[in-house]
Amino acid sequence: MKSVMKINGLDLMRKRALKSLIKKIPFCNTLGIKVDYLGDEITAHLPFKEEFIGNPAIPALHGGVIGSFLEITAIIQLSWTFFIKNNKEEVLLRDDTISKSDIAKTIKLPKTIDITIDYLHSGLPLESFARASVDRIGRRYASVSAKTWQTDPGKPFAKASGHFVVSKF
Amino acid sequence: MNEDIPLAPNTVQEFFMNLPFSKFLGLTLDRLGGGKAVMSMPYQKKLIGDSKTGVIHGGVVTTLLDSCCGAAVMTAGDPKFSTATIDLRIDYMRPAEPKRVIVAEAKCYRVTSSVVFVRATAQDGTKEIPVATATGAFTSPFSVKKT
Repeated sequence: MKSVMKINGLDLMRKRALKSLIKKIPFCNTLGIKVDYLGDEITAHLPFKEEFIGNPAIPALHGGVIGSFLEITAIIQLSWTFFIKNNKEEVLLRDDTISKSDIAKTIKLPKTIDITIDYLHSGLPLESFARASVDRIGRRYASVSAKTWQTDPGKPFAKASGHFVVSKF
Repeated sequence: MNEDIPLAPNTVQEFFMNLPFSKFLGLTLDRLGGGKAVMSMPYQKKLIGDSKTGVIHGGVVTTLLDSCCGAAVMTAGDPKFSTATIDLRIDYMRPAEPKRVIVAEAKCYRVTSSVVFVRATAQDGTKEIPVATATGAFTSPFSVKKT
């Protein structure tokens, strides 16, 4: 049985890795995106701001904001999943976790190769949420899909699917 | 460059120049008309996607390309309604050089009464290869079929 300390160490690593990632992406802060997690899955939150409007007549969120939000969610989930996968064993083995500075040094951002965004409905002037799933991590590339919703997670208003380079991770 | 693109009516230009998110990113509409558009975006620290390299975030390039395509769609005929993005695929060819203005060019290559197909590229002027290319489908603002 794993000791409580080891489990806490793993959770602390998750928390620190997520913080470190967000810090590396200034645009994340520009949009006001916040990220939390349950187990190995992150949920990103995008607040509504007047400056996100892309069609004042409806009014609807700009497609670019939605695309950015989905891409950021995909990148964070991918990088975080990769980092945890590579460090889980070690953290569970030691009675310790990884320091903030070590995480900042080793955690990397994947490069986007391509991303396709499907706009299903217009985004209302409300807070949005997004989750991504890493469908495949190979030696060189990863496939990630993401979706965003505002009230019902089962009814996303946009989804994205993209490929990322992970070989230099 | 691009002098062959006629200027669209002021209403369409104004619409795109006054969009809150365009203003937020500092987008400018350089040329617009005849189903083509040229838009540029200045480099800003707040748009960085990787603090280590200073390269702007891919999502920002997506926004520029999406806006540029949308503007091109509105001038591919006499718009009766507004347009919306159905889907947009972005291929990132290379990182944009930090501190460079990024210029997007979009062109509608098929216009129907239901869908407008658009292609666009984003350039930072440092290499021949564009920073990114986009392929998109937009809802058609034209009720009359045009080709």
